Amino acid sequence: MSVAAYSVGEASPRQKLLAGVLVVAYALVTMIPLVWIVLTGFKSPPASISYPPQVLFEPTLEGYVNLFTTRSRQTPEYIESLGPAETWYDALVRERNMVITGKSRFAGRYMNSVIIGFGSTFLAVFLGTLAAYAFSRFKVPLKDDLMFFILSTRMMPPVAVAIPIYLMYRELGLSDTHLGMILLYTAVNLSLSVWLLKGFVDEIPREYEEAAVVDGYTRFQAFVKVVLPQMRAGIAATAIFCLIFAWNEYAFALLLTSGTAQTAPPFIPIIIGEGGLDWPAVAAGTTLFLVPVVVFTVLLRKQLLRGITFGAVRR
Amino acid sequence: MAEIRIEALTKSFGDFTAVAGSNFTIRDGEFFVMLGPSGCGKTTTLRMIAGLEMPTSGRILLDGEDVTFNRASQRDIAFVFQLFALYPHMNVRQNISFPLRVQGVSRREVRARTEEVAKMLEIDNLLSRRVSGLAAGDRQRVALGRAIVRRAKAFLMDEPLGALDAEFRDRMCEELRLLHDRIGATTVYVTHDQIEAMAMADRICVMNKGEVLQIGVPMEVYERPATRFVAGFIGSPSMNFLPAQGGFQAGATAIRVNGASLAMPQAREGLAATDAVLGARPEHITIADEGPLRGRVFAVEYMGARQLVTVDTDAGRLRVRAPNTVRAKTGETVGLTFDAERLVVFDPVSDRAVRSALFEGDVVAEERA
Repeated sequence: MSVAAYSVGEASPRQKLLAGVLVVAYALVTMIPLVWIVLTGFKSPPASISYPPQVLFEPTLEGYVNLFTTRSRQTPEYIESLGPAETWYDALVRERNMVITGKSRFAGRYMNSVIIGFGSTFLAVFLGTLAAYAFSRFKVPLKDDLMFFILSTRMMPPVAVAIPIYLMYRELGLSDTHLGMILLYTAVNLSLSVWLLKGFVDEIPREYEEAAVVDGYTRFQAFVKVVLPQMRAGIAATAIFCLIFAWNEYAFALLLTSGTAQTAPPFIPIIIGEGGLDWPAVAAGTTLFLVPVVVFTVLLRKQLLRGITFGAVRR
Repeated sequence: MAEIRIEALTKSFGDFTAVAGSNFTIRDGEFFVMLGPSGCGKTTTLRMIAGLEMPTSGRILLDGEDVTFNRASQRDIAFVFQLFALYPHMNVRQNISFPLRVQGVSRREVRARTEEVAKMLEIDNLLSRRVSGLAAGDRQRVALGRAIVRRAKAFLMDEPLGALDAEFRDRMCEELRLLHDRIGATTVYVTHDQIEAMAMADRICVMNKGEVLQIGVPMEVYERPATRFVAGFIGSPSMNFLPAQGGFQAGATAIRVNGASLAMPQAREGLAATDAVLGARPEHITIADEGPLRGRVFAVEYMGARQLVTVDTDAGRLRVRAPNTVRAKTGETVGLTFDAERLVVFDPVSDRAVRSALFEGDVVAEERA
């Protein structure tokens, strides 16, 4: 048996292997539900509920077609009388003795999610950046108390304030409006964004701004040209956290929206109720719902990695 | 290019007075060094001149114009920070040209001036590099470049060499001084390092506890210290202080130390206190058998051309800088003589130097003669 020496803190090959196996195993376990949802989106309705569950199957876009359309059941004779199907999705639906009668509401709900999610994220990060800068750089009376107050707005569960907000919104005409939801999510996210961003501003030495001011820039120009570029990582990380919250929020959306401003989370379960348990359509909706957050996170992953270490990594 | 006048400038932070009523004038084109221990108010003074700090009272005049409460961006003064404050998201060229880009200078001129400055500082090959990867010396040059490129009225530098290692500091000292001679801009330089101050300054301003103690050319500050603090702070090893039996009239030429009578520069004012403090620099004491003060050699440090001999006398421990031809062994008893024309007597109450013949005439001219 050979004896190899390793420095303290460095893992031996066996330890590294064990760690690797554990990480991969954990990743697989957490990925399974996700993968199952994505797969189900491509199954036919019978395949989606077959037992034992099918892992290998013939993929179909039926779920996605069902997600975006409304259909009605017809007799084969009637379908025959319509003549040949004009598009691939017409053909797909007719195999189930149905005809497409129009677009479903999913696309609209999805757009609502995009508008409200990104709108509130932008506002929360924009206001949060300015507030964080002010808290970090200026003498604000009762600064610590104000910061705590801002944090405390996050302490109450949404359910506790949902009813009062519902009543207020009804009075103000904000219920079921995009503006109302954007304001609400901004308000909730602002505490997170101010606290996170203040940490990032604190990390940036004042000398940079002083140098810019001496060089002839105004304080605001110095903020834009010198501070903001150095906050990029922090802003990216904060934006992702805010977006994830606004995107996934369910309780407020369920209570405060019903039609024009309804977001995807309260809508997706409704699909289940429309014409039987259409699991592939639900899975397709869920898959599409995941895409923006994943894309946003992947695009910003470099900044995010640096950002969520909260300035611990020196550049 | 400008003259900077400081009038009764005071800055307090709550109960703490950082700068207590400073008055001085920095001449046009001068290399003016503010020297003192940390917390003495030199950096605060500099920041007030730059406009980064507002004075509690007093005035700052730039070429006769009162700029006391002008914004920093309106003073046309360049500032070099201790840690350089190079913008990490910009490359060298963008850093240097940053002050020009706000002034509405044409793009072609920005380019030309940036490159001219880079060439002068020998960093023209680094222009497209990111600043985060640069060596400390090159960062320093970029910081200087950013200051020079504007052709500002004055340069303010806050311990700009503090972040460099010792070897490099010497070289930058020399370069900074050469650069100043070439550009001729008024420069205010803050440091706690007396060697830097001596090497670069036209005039040195020594501060302690918010007060300006002495302003003069390096030789003056060294040879004719105005207070005991200045005498002790400048010079390495620092000046020896001996308890003396004072109390003399104007015109006295000797002072008693432990019974021995030591000749001193003729006093121009009397000293009422009975106990004075006599200051003698290590190089102004000679080891000689017939010396009036005797003591035992405590330690000998060989320093190449010179040696530093520490002698325990009845009047305390003295450090003597002697040529290494002098034989001195630890434990031996030796006599000490003092260079009568160079001794300084301090008033023990006010800590100020007693005026004497030492303080007369032009110090620089005398030294050359």
